[in-house]
Amino acid sequence: MKTELLSGNEAVARGAYEAGVTVASAYPGTPSTEILENIAQYKEIYSEWAPNEKVSLEMVAGTSIAGARSICAMKHVGLNVAADPMFTFAYIGTEGGCVIVTADDPGLHSSQNEQDNRYYARHAKIPMIEPSDSQEAKDFLIKAYEISEKFKIPVLFRMTTRVCHSKGMVTLGERKEPSFKKYKRNISAFVSTPANNRIHHSQLEKKLKEIEEYNNSCSLNKIELNSGEIGIITSGISYQYSKEVFGNDASYLKIGFTFPLPRDTILNFSKKMKKIYVVEENEPIIENYCRMLGLDVTGKEKIPVEGELNPDIVEEKLLNIKNEFIKINEEKIVSRPPTLCSGCPHRGIFYELSKRKNVAISGDIGCYTLGSTEPLNAMDTIICMGASISAAHGFSKAFEKSNQKIKAIGVIGDSTFFHSGITSLLDITYNRGNAAVIILDNRITAMTGHQENPGTGYTLKGTETPEVNIENLVKALGVKNVETINPNNLKQVNEALDRAIESDEPYVIITKWPCALKKLKEEEKENFKKIPGIFKVNREKCRKCKMCLKAGCPSISFDENIGSIIDEDTCVGCSVCAQICPFDAIEREGDQL
Amino acid sequence: MTRSILLVGVGGQGIILTSKILAKALINEGFDVKMSEVHGMAQRGGSVTTQVRYGEKVFSPIIGKGKADILVAFEEMEAMRYIEFLNPEGVLIVNPHRIHSAPISRGASKYPDGIIDELKNKVNTVVINASEEAKKIGNIRVQNIILLGKLAKFLNLKKANWDDILKNNIKEKYIDINLKAFETGLNF
Ligand SMILES: Cc1ncc(C[n+]2csc(CCOP(=O)(O)OP(=O)(O)O)c2C)c(N)n1
Repeated sequence: MKTELLSGNEAVARGAYEAGVTVASAYPGTPSTEILENIAQYKEIYSEWAPNEKVSLEMVAGTSIAGARSICAMKHVGLNVAADPMFTFAYIGTEGGCVIVTADDPGLHSSQNEQDNRYYARHAKIPMIEPSDSQEAKDFLIKAYEISEKFKIPVLFRMTTRVCHSKGMVTLGERKEPSFKKYKRNISAFVSTPANNRIHHSQLEKKLKEIEEYNNSCSLNKIELNSGEIGIITSGISYQYSKEVFGNDASYLKIGFTFPLPRDTILNFSKKMKKIYVVEENEPIIENYCRMLGLDVTGKEKIPVEGELNPDIVEEKLLNIKNEFIKINEEKIVSRPPTLCSGCPHRGIFYELSKRKNVAISGDIGCYTLGSTEPLNAMDTIICMGASISAAHGFSKAFEKSNQKIKAIGVIGDSTFFHSGITSLLDITYNRGNAAVIILDNRITAMTGHQENPGTGYTLKGTETPEVNIENLVKALGVKNVETINPNNLKQVNEALDRAIESDEPYVIITKWPCALKKLKEEEKENFKKIPGIFKVNREKCRKCKMCLKAGCPSISFDENIGSIIDEDTCVGCSVCAQICPFDAIEREGDQL
Repeated sequence: MTRSILLVGVGGQGIILTSKILAKALINEGFDVKMSEVHGMAQRGGSVTTQVRYGEKVFSPIIGKGKADILVAFEEMEAMRYIEFLNPEGVLIVNPHRIHSAPISRGASKYPDGIIDELKNKVNTVVINASEEAKKIGNIRVQNIILLGKLAKFLNLKKANWDDILKNNIKEKYIDINLKAFETGLNF
C-alpha cells in the first residue's frame, strides 16, 4: 500500500476522494484553506469557492438532500457565518452523506478569536468527530460519511491548526465509487415549516440517543490500558501531547467521536483509574461532561482555557516538570511583525488615510488589516468580515447624534466585499447613511494565499467565468457616487478621498490594482501595465527627512549617515515612496523608461 | 527515541522547501516523521518556523522548549528568538545573515550586535555563511540547500539518497546549482 507524507488538510482532501464525495464547496480561511485547494485537484469532485461560508454550507446541504455525498470546509469563525443553515439542516437531515469541516485556531495563529467550535456540535445537535493526526483525518472522514448516512444527519469534523498544518505519514486507499440516491420530492422531510420541524426536532432528539449508544462501541474511540494509576481522557491533538509527555506511564481514553460523548465508555474507563486527567485544548467540554457523570476529574484547574496547548504545558501543569532551556539577553531580539509587502496596492490608501484628521476608519479582515500597524496606524476598529461597512454606518449615526464632525470610512477588500460587505453597503444606501466606503480591489483573495473570487474572472478549478463588475454592483445597490482609481497614484487617491469625505451621500471609492505577488494573467498584464524599473535614492537630493519611511515599505530602510536606502532586490517599482518624497530624491532607476 | 529539528528564518528564505526535503530524507531512512509549519504571515515578512520530528513513532508534531536537538537558523536574530527551544546540549547551525525587520528599517530599533558571540557562549554553535556561499555559487536563493547540506552532515543518515531527493523536489533548471549548494554545505 502506498504511503505519503500529508498535512491534515491534504489528508481530508484525500479522504473526501476515497469516500466517493462528488461535491465540495468552501470559502477560504486559515487553517482550512488547503482542504478545498487539494480537493480541487481531483477531477472526480466538483469543487468551488463559494462567496462565503453560509453559501457553501447551504450549497452542500442541497447536494446532500439531492442524494450525493458532499463536503464543505471553513475556519472556526466561518461557522458563525454558516450557523443559520447548519442548525436547521440538523433537523431535516441528510440523504447523501454530508460533512462540515470546522478548522479551529487555538492560539489565534491567524484569526481574530479562538472560539471552541465543539460547542457548536452541542448547540446545533450535530455529531462531531475529531482526528488527532493526518492518518486519522483521512480515515475518520471516511467513517464520518458512514455515520452521516446511517443516521441521516450532517457531521461536524473538527480540526485544529496543528492537525491541519502538521504533516504525517498516511496510508492511501482506493476511491469508493459514489452511489447516488434516486431523487424524489419529499415535502414533509425537507421543507422546514414549523409543523414539519416540530416533528423533526423530536426525531433529532431520538437520533442523538441512538448515536450515543452507537458511539459506546464505535471504533473512533480508543482505549490504551497501561497502569491504573493515571487515566487520561483526551481528544484531537491533545492526545498527541499527552502521549508525548506520559508515554506508557498512563492509560488513555482517546475520544475520536466527541459528540454525543460515549457515556458508558467513559464510565467504564474511569472505573479502572485511580486518578483521571482530562487533557483538552481551550474549553472544558469533556471535563464538564465527566463531572456531570459524577466523576472526579482534574482538567482546567491545571490546563489553561486560553491559548494553544503544547507538550510543555502538559508536562509542567500535570507533572510539575519545568524544562531547562537556554536563557539569553532578550534585548537582542527585535520583533518581526508582518507588514504590507513591497509594492502592495493597499499602501497608498493607508498612507493617505494616515494623514487625515477627523476620520474614523472602520477596517476589515484581509491583508489591509495591516493598515492598522506601525507606521500607518490608520484604523479605528476591526470586528469581523464585512463589519467594516456596517460599523462605519454605525459610527456615522453616532457622530450625527453626538454632533462630532468626524467622517466614518469603511475599508474592505474585494473578497471580503463579496463575502458579506454587499448587504452592509445596502444598509447605508437604504437608510440614507453617509459613511464613505473604500473597496480595495487587488484582484485576488490575498491574505489566505491567493484564491480566486467572483471578481477575478476564474473559478477554483481555473475555469474562466464572467467577473463581477464591482462598480456596476455598487451602483445597483443605490450608490450614486462611485469612482474607480489607481491606488498607486497618490494624487488620485487624495482627490478621491476629498470628494468622499465632503459628500453627504453614500460614496464608494474602488481602488483597482493587482496584489504585488499575484501571478498576472495575460490580459491583466495588458490592463495593469507596470512602468519598468525600480527606484533608488539620489544621494544629492536626500535630506534624511524620513518622510518615505512613513509608508512602511519593507524595501526602504534608513541609516543616519547615508539617508534612506531602497533595497534593489525587493523594490517592485510601485512609485509610492517617490510620490511621498518632498525633495524628489527618489528616482526611477535606469533608462528603461 | 524521537529527535527534533527546528528550522527558523524569515519568509522567502526557502525554509518550507528545506523541511520538505529533510522530511523526505528521514522517511527514506525508515523513520516515522511529523512536520509542523506555521503558515499565514510567511509572505508578509514575518518569522517562519518549521518543526521536524522523527523516530520510531512520533506523537507530538511540535517541539517543546529546550527539546530541539538541532536548531537551524537561516537568519541571526531568528536564532536568538528561538534559541530557548534548543536543548542546552544540542547544536545550533546559524547563517550569520541579517534581514532587517520593520521596526529596524523604520529606525525605531537597531539590529542588535554581538548575537553570534552571545550564542557561541551559550551553546555548541556552527556558523556557516550560507548566504555568502550561495552568492559565490551564483544565487543567494540556494542558501537554504547549503544549510541543509550542513545539517545532513550532522544527521549522518545511512540509507537516504539526498541527491535523488533533491532532484525529485526541485525544478529541473535549478537542480545543478542546488546539488552544488548541498555539496558546499556538506563539506563546509
Ligand atoms: C468568516 C471568515 N471567513 C474567512 C476568514 C479568513 N480570511 C481572512 S482575510 C480573508 C480574505 C481577505 O481577502 P480580501 O478581502 O480580498 O483582502 P486581501 O487580503 O486580498 O487584501 C479571509 C478569507 C475570516 N477571517 N473570517
